[in-house]
Amino acid sequence: MFKYIIKRLLMSVFILLGVSMIIYFLIRLMPVDFVQSKIDAINQGGATVSEETVNAMYEIYGLGDNSFIGILKGYFGWLWALVRLDLGTSFVYGIPVARVIFEHMGISFAVALIATIFEFLIAIPLGITAATHQYSFRDYLVTVLVMIGISLPSFFFGNMLKDVLALKFGWFPASGLVDATVSNAGIMLLVDYLKHMFIPILTIVILSIGARMRMTRTNMLEVMNSDYIRTARAKGLKESVVINKHAFRNTLIPLVTSLAGLLPSLFSGAIITEQVFDLPGIGNIALDAMNRGDIPFIMGYNMFLALLSVIGVLLADLMYGIVDPRVKLD
Amino acid sequence: MSDNIKNIDAETEDTELPLDKNVRLMSPTRMVLRRFFRSKLSIVGLIMVIGLFIFSFVGPLVYTQWGEIELDESGTTEYSVSETTYTVDGQTYTLRQTTEQAIKDNQLAPPSAEHILGTDNEGYDVFVRLMYGGRISLIVSFIAVFLITFFGVIMGGIAGYFGGVIDNIIMRLCDVLICLPGIPILLIISTILDSSEIDAKYRIYLLMIYLTFISWPGTARLVRGQILSLREQEYMVAAEAMGYSTFRKIFKHLVPNVMPQLIVSMSLSLGSMILYEATLSYLNLGVKAPYAAWGTMINIISTNQDVLQNHLLVWVPAGVCIVIAVLGFNFIGDGLRDALDPKARR
Repeated sequence: MFKYIIKRLLMSVFILLGVSMIIYFLIRLMPVDFVQSKIDAINQGGATVSEETVNAMYEIYGLGDNSFIGILKGYFGWLWALVRLDLGTSFVYGIPVARVIFEHMGISFAVALIATIFEFLIAIPLGITAATHQYSFRDYLVTVLVMIGISLPSFFFGNMLKDVLALKFGWFPASGLVDATVSNAGIMLLVDYLKHMFIPILTIVILSIGARMRMTRTNMLEVMNSDYIRTARAKGLKESVVINKHAFRNTLIPLVTSLAGLLPSLFSGAIITEQVFDLPGIGNIALDAMNRGDIPFIMGYNMFLALLSVIGVLLADLMYGIVDPRVKLD
Repeated sequence: MSDNIKNIDAETEDTELPLDKNVRLMSPTRMVLRRFFRSKLSIVGLIMVIGLFIFSFVGPLVYTQWGEIELDESGTTEYSVSETTYTVDGQTYTLRQTTEQAIKDNQLAPPSAEHILGTDNEGYDVFVRLMYGGRISLIVSFIAVFLITFFGVIMGGIAGYFGGVIDNIIMRLCDVLICLPGIPILLIISTILDSSEIDAKYRIYLLMIYLTFISWPGTARLVRGQILSLREQEYMVAAEAMGYSTFRKIFKHLVPNVMPQLIVSMSLSLGSMILYEATLSYLNLGVKAPYAAWGTMINIISTNQDVLQNHLLVWVPAGVCIVIAVLGFNFIGDGLRDALDPKARR
């Protein structure tokens, strides 16, 4: 087990190296005068990108030198800064990129965490009923409904919900995270947050239930066909005990594994949903920064996302070995 | 023993008939097709997809009233009257001034005989743009899925067959590509495309090539996993004994056996590619104005609150088209999965 973890960690470092290489060379493909014009645009927009910041960026990424050696030197320079967790200074926000990411990922995490909890709470019972009533009307109804959920584009469905729930009926605020007209504090502020997060969370939950429900259904069907379930029934156990105690426990294995893999990605931010509802989460911030050509932020954010997904894969694999004693990790 | 087999359903009839005359034979393909068409959902999916194909490829040929980027210039002239009152020497005079302002384009027109779904905020016909948007979505996603499958099969086949170092290299490459963030990197590439001034029409194809580049590892893993177990089978020993070339062994003997899983994953990824394309166009990265794409047509509302609230016919139909397309491909993929699964006996 210990040896396995070490091996996997080394492999993760290798993967991150590969990702960093691709991201670096993509950035190098941008023409330098284009970078300059983007900086000028940011300066005109009110913010000031100081000469030092720009020079520091050119130095970190080695953008000045276009020879092969220069590119290599630039890459390793950037990599070295990366190892020291120095992601550079964001052009748009004027503070270190790591701080921008750290400050905004909380909101994204809150939205994603609540959405994930509801997703599991709704999808698992649906998947179980669909599986235990296979090929019945109930199964078809649930399957078709969640399939529609999977097929909805988030930007379209989010805007529909916003149009109906927020603009037509006015039940919820349409965008932002806080109501600027009243100053709240303490518990009222929290209520205000939740009110603003309601439609984004609803959007995410409806879109993501489908995959989870189908996963539960497939696993449940597989378990229901196994021998020990037949034994349990032959013993004369009640059907509810068979399903909830014998079958369900084994469908938990893939669910727990996927939850472990999901955890890191909760910090990554839902770019589209946050954009639709103008939530100041990390996804929306990143979209804005990228549209304005904030190169240090783009590189930092991409590495952050890659790190999260590497951790996710690692956690999922380790969890698989922990929850399922039949699996030997080596 | 042989008598038993012969007389399965012909106990009383002519027992001298050979087996294949007695039993109705079905090719595997026909069996799969029969199982596929038995499911109502897959038929619904097929109808949805075929309907969209006819709508977007035959539609513009039949309904030629408007073009994709043809503005309706039959705008109205607006008159505004302003009154000014002067009082001179105790007398009151009223000065009426009429200003004539011509709005050239017929914008946000309600549905009529001329515009089935009305016009959008620029004065383009929404119905016609739906058809052209469908063309782009379908073409782009088919190209992307074809390329993904092509590279996935080649890389996965090579990795699975040779194993060892080659397998290791290809699979680690897959690990790296799978960890690349999707949309953020597409944003970078889009910026690079912006700076190199590529024709708006071809941007989306270049972006889809990148999508192929990050999506083939999924297919490669699928193919590799299957081939790892298939290559240990006896018929591969036979192929070895026949002295077939490696190429022939991989692509004629191993890959066709992965076909069922490949077909299912292809039809499901068609749906996800349509979603990807729509999202890119919505973020204004893919197909850009004046050209039409379903995502671009919805993009209008991200800047125009009035359209979002009051002109539903401008953006909702495009969303419905996306849902129909994705749902159709998902239904087909699901139906195929059930039909191709040898364990499913119903």
